[in-house]
Amino acid sequence: MALSCVLEPALSGFNFENSTRNIVLENGSEEGKIKAPKPMKTGTTIAGVVYKDGVVLGADTRATSDEVVADKMCAKIHYIAPNIYCCGAGTAADTEKTTEILSSNLTIFSMNSGRNPRVVMAVNILQDMLFRYRGMIGAHLILGGVDCTGSHLYTVGPYGSMDKVPYLAMGSGNLPAMGILEDRFKANMDLEEAKSLVSDAIHAGIMSDLGSGNNIDLCVITKEGVDYIRPHKESPFNYKRQAKYKYKPGTTPVLTKTVTQVELELLDETVQMMETAGSS
Amino acid sequence: MITVFPETDRKYIYADRKDEPSLKMNTRGLRSQLKDSVPVTGLCPQAGPYGVQDSLRRGFSSVKNELLPSHPLELSEKNFQFNQDKMNFNTLRNIQGLHAPLKLQMEYRAAKQIQRLPFLPSSNLALDTLRGSDDTIGFEDILNDPIQSEMMGDPHIMTEYKLGIL
Repeated sequence: MALSCVLEPALSGFNFENSTRNIVLENGSEEGKIKAPKPMKTGTTIAGVVYKDGVVLGADTRATSDEVVADKMCAKIHYIAPNIYCCGAGTAADTEKTTEILSSNLTIFSMNSGRNPRVVMAVNILQDMLFRYRGMIGAHLILGGVDCTGSHLYTVGPYGSMDKVPYLAMGSGNLPAMGILEDRFKANMDLEEAKSLVSDAIHAGIMSDLGSGNNIDLCVITKEGVDYIRPHKESPFNYKRQAKYKYKPGTTPVLTKTVTQVELELLDETVQMMETAGSS
Repeated sequence: MITVFPETDRKYIYADRKDEPSLKMNTRGLRSQLKDSVPVTGLCPQAGPYGVQDSLRRGFSSVKNELLPSHPLELSEKNFQFNQDKMNFNTLRNIQGLHAPLKLQMEYRAAKQIQRLPFLPSSNLALDTLRGSDDTIGFEDILNDPIQSEMMGDPHIMTEYKLGIL
């Protein structure tokens, strides 16, 4: 009867209406299987190191979409709180949105309680959120920050796993980066040493991994403040365009030209008096 | 013929027809999720906007399609709030005795009844405050906000349905 038009109120959050259709499309025809478009990944090298006065985070700046470089100057170090920053690897949209939601939640908390958030809070919120979605949100994150209890470096995996370590590398280029870190990490390094270590680790990732490249960003977090160095090291392979590729006006020859006048008919004319300030 | 195995050990649901699309899903915990789930509209029956099977969006009608959702997260997301509340009330009952969750549930029920007319979205402010979700932001606040939904039910029909006149 008319019952089919009585709607249930729409549920907020993720909408799974199209998942059946997507499966039907993907499994449908035997010959030309329609593949879903792949989301933009950050195929990355990210690394972090705890040093004497705080935390140094580093990341490359390449975002790939299948086999094409989608963004050469992508910002992978996201702001979470004035004292906490987060590097994100995995699906670019997922890391971006998750870190934004985390940042909003921590801002509300700071406003409510009047305190700077702690890094453990950020990690716990992330873990709950990512575990709830059972890894469907592809965000591999490295969180680093300095709070009243000291400097911390955590990693959170897409399924909600967490690890607290003094030095860390994630992303597709994490193996070469981890090699550099394992070789040269010392406890309580000073700032220049820590910066050069992270920078070399990212550089190793860039050299050995196809998904990482272009420039290196660094972020130094201390009790006094944050130094976001973007870019710390520019790639020497930045190509400049060899010539101008714009066409001069008149390059394309005009063959014919026809001008048609559009006849407009005046149908109705109304005059409306405007109330000006000086009238009454 | 679709074979559905009960949840004894790790089980999959297969469709026998080769060209029938199927998602091989681990259905182990799904029966318990289905049992106390809120009814999922759109799963059964598979009616489209005109009341007949919408083959483009939902595929061919089959028992499997109507019983279980195709996305592994669909059921758990549908029941997420319900399951959280259940878990929390259970823990509270174990710690503080029966009356603690009873009192709280009474307040929840009262707050749930504060709604607008059936076709208008409500902010659920009292319920949010009770739950503590008024100072958190999650995906349910950003995506698919019912206040910004493009579809609205027919006001007369929805009110009549709510009042039982329909």
